[in-house]
Amino acid sequence: MELTLWTYEGPPHVGAMRIAASMQGVHYVLHAPQGDTYADLLFTMIERRGQRPPVTYTTFQARDLGGDTAELVKRHVQEAADRFQPDALLVGESCTAELIQDQPGALAQGMGLPMPVVTLELPAYSKKENWGAAETFYQLVRGLLKQTVPPQPNHDVKAWKQEGRRPRVNLLGPSLLGFRCRDDVLEIQRLLSLHGIDVGVVAPLSAGVKDILRLPQADLNVCLYPEVAESSCSWLERNFGIPFSKTVPIGMGATHDFLVEVHALLGMAPPEAAEGYQRSRMPWYSESVDSTYLTGKRVFIFGDGTHAIAAARICSEELGFTVVGLGTYSREMARPVRAAAKRLGLEALICDDYLAVEAAMAEAAPELVLGTQMERHSAKRLGIPCAVISTPMHVQDVPARHSPQMGWEGANVIFDAWVHPLMMGLEEHLIGMFRHDFEFVDGHQSHLGHQGGAGAENGTEVSNEIDSHHEASSGQLVWTADGEAELKKIPFFVRGKVRRNAESYAKEVGCKEISSETLYDAKAHYKA
Amino acid sequence: MVRTGSVDAGEMSANLLKESGPREVFCGLTSIVWLHRRMPDAFFLVVGSRTCAHLIQSAAGVMIFAEPRFGTAILSERDLAGLADAHDELDRVARELLKRRPEIRTLFLVGSCPSEVIKLDLARAAERLNEELQGRVRVVNYSGSGIETTFTQGEDGALAALVPLLPASDARQLLLVGTLADAVEDRLIHLFSKLGIETVRSLPPRQSSELPPVGPGTTVLLTQPFLTETARLLRDRGATVLKAPFPLGAEGSRRWMEAAAANFQCPEASVREVLDPLEARARIALAPHREVLAGKRIFLLPESQLELPLARFLHRECGMELVEVGVPYLNREQMVEELALLPDGTTVVEGQHVERQLDRVRAGRPDLVVCGMGLANPLEAEGITTKWSIELVFSPIHGIDQAGDLAELFSRPLHRRQLIHPALHPTPSDHPVHA
Repeated sequence: MELTLWTYEGPPHVGAMRIAASMQGVHYVLHAPQGDTYADLLFTMIERRGQRPPVTYTTFQARDLGGDTAELVKRHVQEAADRFQPDALLVGESCTAELIQDQPGALAQGMGLPMPVVTLELPAYSKKENWGAAETFYQLVRGLLKQTVPPQPNHDVKAWKQEGRRPRVNLLGPSLLGFRCRDDVLEIQRLLSLHGIDVGVVAPLSAGVKDILRLPQADLNVCLYPEVAESSCSWLERNFGIPFSKTVPIGMGATHDFLVEVHALLGMAPPEAAEGYQRSRMPWYSESVDSTYLTGKRVFIFGDGTHAIAAARICSEELGFTVVGLGTYSREMARPVRAAAKRLGLEALICDDYLAVEAAMAEAAPELVLGTQMERHSAKRLGIPCAVISTPMHVQDVPARHSPQMGWEGANVIFDAWVHPLMMGLEEHLIGMFRHDFEFVDGHQSHLGHQGGAGAENGTEVSNEIDSHHEASSGQLVWTADGEAELKKIPFFVRGKVRRNAESYAKEVGCKEISSETLYDAKAHYKA
Repeated sequence: MVRTGSVDAGEMSANLLKESGPREVFCGLTSIVWLHRRMPDAFFLVVGSRTCAHLIQSAAGVMIFAEPRFGTAILSERDLAGLADAHDELDRVARELLKRRPEIRTLFLVGSCPSEVIKLDLARAAERLNEELQGRVRVVNYSGSGIETTFTQGEDGALAALVPLLPASDARQLLLVGTLADAVEDRLIHLFSKLGIETVRSLPPRQSSELPPVGPGTTVLLTQPFLTETARLLRDRGATVLKAPFPLGAEGSRRWMEAAAANFQCPEASVREVLDPLEARARIALAPHREVLAGKRIFLLPESQLELPLARFLHRECGMELVEVGVPYLNREQMVEELALLPDGTTVVEGQHVERQLDRVRAGRPDLVVCGMGLANPLEAEGITTKWSIELVFSPIHGIDQAGDLAELFSRPLHRRQLIHPALHPTPSDHPVHA
């Protein structure tokens, strides 16, 4: 039993819903009690979908449990098949139905339905949403294609050359309730098309059963979101011999690497190295003098594996930030995230307890947080600027405008989205500096307007919180009046860190009093 | 659909039908979202699955800045396989939680679908924890599971769990039962005192540790129509539970207050003196909304149990036509006053087959549909204006003074459509708009 307050991921059947709702002509019969229908609102409210997810809930009640719940399942399967006439039917159960073991999949298989029926077994007490999405997509791909698997994989990735056509790839992984998938797909299609590469099938997002059947016709699979598509890509590789690309094209470097990988796999001449600089404004924006102040900004990163790894690379290699924390809630992605953290000299935080993440964030004293909507709230509490880079997300993270994360345009979007909150942090500092000017109007917090304004106090409150917390822990150390005065001149968002540094320095050198001189000594000590 | 008869009360009779099938409603756990705000010294610990945790967080819509006062003890494979004793595990989680939150005075252990199916005895767990905590924290339990409860019924369970803990008292008092917004509660207490009812208490109280007493001198007014079990237990404790329409709208609220006044034998003239001007003012507040709503056709899908009182208000005070009124379940005894006030032949459907009901929505082309958040945007996308029912359990809508605000919740979506529809859906024209 595990105490959970807020959760990063839903149960695995919500992952299955994401696949069903992403696709066309796929319906999902979910053996579940009343109340599990809440999941519909994730799609209709967060994604603002104008259609209900294609899910029929058996909505069994306590009084059904004594009777024949199997009959109830069959009735709902039949009704769903008749009413929606899907091209494929997914049948599965949620956590409660798993306990009563009706085996709805087997029941549906035995009903002689005219469409293919794919049984989903998603262990609700050990697995989570992203795993459920990957497993559902995999079972669907496998279920629809297993009859056409050749005895020996005989795929020729360079067949397009003999056939005198453009190379063709599938984009696998984008789904509803993924982060910016809708826009990433457009961006990657555009990017590939610039290189003379056609996109065959995009799946699961907007794909139908016929599209899944066409998957083996591509020369190459592009795995855009390994959380959802890696197991399907591997299966297609093992059974059809179709290789897949593994670089996720988020950021300048990764987009370049992605193009190199795809070109190499397809047997094409490598792309121009200067393409990114020509097609994206991000590199110049990062080089321009205005961005100098970004150097060494301390960034704390937490999200799903894909976006966290991408963010770490962008921050450290393309924006000149210092990554002071990196982690993920996806245990499936723990290994690559650990490796990415190690390269930055950090230990990865693999954790799905948002309070532990918040504690790690406070400890790292970053100047910017890149995280999920959980970290946005934590950062707000700690008074640290934040940008959302990953699910779970809020309705405001599904913008109306085109805002991909992938490709050259994605790099532009990322520059704006991540640098903007930092500039606002700087503005806050300037306001602090000019507070005593007569022109200064108290309460002027222009950047907090969009957050409801009350955040301004949050900032100070929290810095106090950090301060008082550490006063308590510092015990015998005494801050002199001029030490305190000097500390107050430091921007609030790094004040906690400076205080801690000064205290540990004082302890280290055995000094009982912290004056402004001690502060400067500590500063020199830690920079050295 | 099965016809289950009609209710005759006076000259009115509603056409009662029942259907079953796939439902689109929340389970009782959802009521934690407003209950925990009412009692800031209480914690709601759901014993359930990741689905339960995800449900409450999704229904809450936005995350609350602070650490929430609700959480889920998520059952794992180890608990189910018997590798870990679920009771030991629950004790450990509860201890961990209370150590972290020393300000908590009442811990609600909330049963869920999985905990009910594996028959985890939360009453026993509560008893054990109570013994261990020796009064420092009171532990109670109830079920909010979807296999037994619908949405607002969770509040009934939580309040019913508190009834045995209420101190006994013979003192004469009015007890308001059901969560009210603090401001509304203050206003009602003020109005009751003007009527001459001096002692007015509330269940749930604002602090879980300050439970109101109950006994033969207690007169109960239910503020919400979903508190069947709580009302039964209060009756068992000697209280008198009044029958009245629920306090939604000017008429309902007035009759609700009059029921209390009659029970306390307040002089009729002074009751009129207090309520007449309030009602007159409410009519003025209602007028602009009535202008928007009168003659419009409304379809209420089942969700909060507030559907019948709302339908009564929207018909009688706002002039709306009722296409269909859905209710998750129907307690005729508790709803008799409301049913009697509905127009003759109103279709009231108990239960749900969501697909067939949506077919009826499409066929009926109502001007406004009251529904859950899962259905609202899809219906809007079909051109059907909607109002989310969950807002009705979060907004201060009770009492005469709120009648205008309550009507506004329904007139706003219609007004909004009127404002923006022409520009967003221009009709083909030969002339440029700004020519």
